[in-house]
Amino acid sequence: MIYQGKAHKYGRDVDTDVIIPARYLNTSDPKELGKHALEDLDSEFVNKVSSGDMLVAEENFGCGSSREHAPIAIKAAGVSCVIAKSFARIFYRNSINMGLPILGCSEAVDGIKSGDKIKVDTETGEITNLTTGVTFKATPFPDFIRGIIEDGGLINYLKVKVGSPCLPTGREEK
Amino acid sequence: MGMTITEKILAVHAGKEKVKPGELININLDLVLGNDVTAPIAIREFKKIGVGKVFNVDKVALVPDHYTPNKDIKSAEQAKIMRDFAKEQEITNYFEIGRMGIEHALLPELGLVLPGDAIIGADSHTCTYGALGAFSTGVGSTDLAAGMATGEVWLKVPSTIKFVYKGKLNKWVSGKDLILYTIGKIGVDGALYKSMEFTGEAISSLSMEGRLTMANMAIEAGGKNGIIEPDETTLEYVRGRAKRDFKIYKSDNDAEYERVYEYDVSGIEPQVAFPHLPSNTRGISEVGDIKIDQVVIGSCTNGRIEDLRVAAKILKGQKVCKNVRLIVIPATQKIYKQVVDEGLMDIFIDAEAAVSTPTCGPCLGGHMGVLAEGERALATTNRNFVGRMGHPKSEVYLCNPAVAAASAILGRIVSPDEIVGSG
Repeated sequence: MIYQGKAHKYGRDVDTDVIIPARYLNTSDPKELGKHALEDLDSEFVNKVSSGDMLVAEENFGCGSSREHAPIAIKAAGVSCVIAKSFARIFYRNSINMGLPILGCSEAVDGIKSGDKIKVDTETGEITNLTTGVTFKATPFPDFIRGIIEDGGLINYLKVKVGSPCLPTGREEK
Repeated sequence: MGMTITEKILAVHAGKEKVKPGELININLDLVLGNDVTAPIAIREFKKIGVGKVFNVDKVALVPDHYTPNKDIKSAEQAKIMRDFAKEQEITNYFEIGRMGIEHALLPELGLVLPGDAIIGADSHTCTYGALGAFSTGVGSTDLAAGMATGEVWLKVPSTIKFVYKGKLNKWVSGKDLILYTIGKIGVDGALYKSMEFTGEAISSLSMEGRLTMANMAIEAGGKNGIIEPDETTLEYVRGRAKRDFKIYKSDNDAEYERVYEYDVSGIEPQVAFPHLPSNTRGISEVGDIKIDQVVIGSCTNGRIEDLRVAAKILKGQKVCKNVRLIVIPATQKIYKQVVDEGLMDIFIDAEAAVSTPTCGPCLGGHMGVLAEGERALATTNRNFVGRMGHPKSEVYLCNPAVAAASAILGRIVSPDEIVGSG
C-alpha cells in the first residue's frame, strides 16, 4: 500500500495512556475511541489530523498498557501509519494484528519534521519526505509477520491458516 | 550452549528440543486471560474466526476487575459482553463480583498459574506470573482472540538479561524498591522485547509477594517477561494451590545472556518514582518536600496481604493526615477477608482510611479515586504516566506500601522511619 500525508511528530515513550486515556476505555467502539486519540499528549491532535496523515515519534512508541484501543484509536482518527525509532512490544503486536501499518526507522524520524509531506510504501518499506526529497528505508518485517500483514491481520491470517469455519479436530487434547 | 529458564519453557511449549533468541515460534498455552476492558474486543474478533467454541473451557480465564463493580452504563455493557460470553462458552474460570480479585493477584492465589506454564493475557501486567517460574506475557485483544480459538500464540524467542541482586535488604526495602531501582537504572525501554531474569541472594530471601511485585513491573522496563527460578519459597506457595501437575525449570549454568547487571542491594533505600515515568526514581532520602492529596495502597503490584500488613503496621494507632485521602484496596476477596480476620480492617478504619472492594479502579484512572486537575497522588501501583490516575494535569508518584502508609499520615512523601523510628 502507498500512503501519503502530513507528519505529526512527537517525542519518546509515548504511552498508551496518553494515546487513549482510560476514561474512554468504557467503550470499544472505534469511532468513539478515534475522537480521543492522543488527547492527553496533544489535545489539538484530532482537530489537526487529516485522513492519511502519519504519526512520527522517537523511541518506545506505545509503551505501557496492552490496550488494543490505542492502535484502534489512532487508525480511527485517520492516521495511515506510524513511523518510530522503536515500538513497545505489545503495541507492535497489536498494530500488526489489527492492521495498523507501523515502520521502524531512526533515520526517517530524524529526517522528518512536523508538517512535512510524507509518502510511505508499506510493501518496500520506503519512506519519502516529499518536503525535503529524501528517501529512507524502514527495517523489513520477518516473513512470518509479513504474512500476517498481507492477510490483513491475525484474524484473517488464522482463517487462511486453519480454514474457516472449523479448526482441525483433536485440538482439545493438546 | 545451555538454555535459560525462559528458553526451556518456550522450547517445551513449542515442541522443540531447543530454541534460540530471535527464532519465531508457535507455542501451546496453558492459560489465556482477559478482563472487562480487553475481552470485549477479543470476543468481537473471536467471533470472526468462526471456530464456535474456545479451545479449552478450563484454560481460559476471564476476570472483570478494571471498571468493576461497574462505574457507569458503558462499562457495565462491556462487562456484560464478557459475562455473556463466559456463560455461552461455559468458561470454568470466570469470576463474578464477590468472587473475583485483581486478575494478577487472583490467578496465582487460586493456583491457576503454575511453575513451567506458558501463559498469555490481554493485560500488560500478565508478566506477574513469572515470579512462579512460568513464562507469562501481556498481549492485546486480537492475540487473546486467537489464543482463545487455537490455544496457541506466535512469539519471537527473547534474549535474556540477567539481574543479580547481591547482599541483604535494608529495612523497609521490598521487591517494589528493587524493581523501581532497576527500572531507574535501565530505563523504561531498557529491557525492550527481552526476558528479565531476576536472581541472587536478595531474590532468594524475598517472599512470594515481593517476587510477584518484581515480575509484575518487568513491562515497565519494556520486558517481554520477568522470571524467577522456582525454589522452596515457590513450592511452599504452590503446594495446596496447584490442582494439576507442573514442572520446575532452571537456567543452565552455560545459558547465554545478552547482558548481566549486578546490584548490591545493601546500598538501596526505599525508592520513589516521580512523574511521569516509572524510571524517574529517587531514593527516599532525596525526595524533598512533596505534599500529597491522595494515597492508594493496592493494585496488581502491591495489593497482597503482605503489602497490607506492612501498611497496617505503620498506620496502627495513627490518623491519616486531614489533607489526605487514603484508599486501601485488598486485591482479592480472600485477601479482603484476611484483612478482616487479622484485625487490619480495624486499623485502617480507625486511621480513617477508605477500604474498597477489589478493583484495579484508581490505578488506571478508572474509578474509585480519580484525581482532579493539579492533584498529586502517591501510589503503590505501577505507572505514573501523564493522566494515569485522572486529570492530565494531575501527578502520580510510585512507592512501596510502607512509604505510602507513612506518607498518608504526614501528608508528604516520607520514610516510614519518620513514623515508627529508625530503631
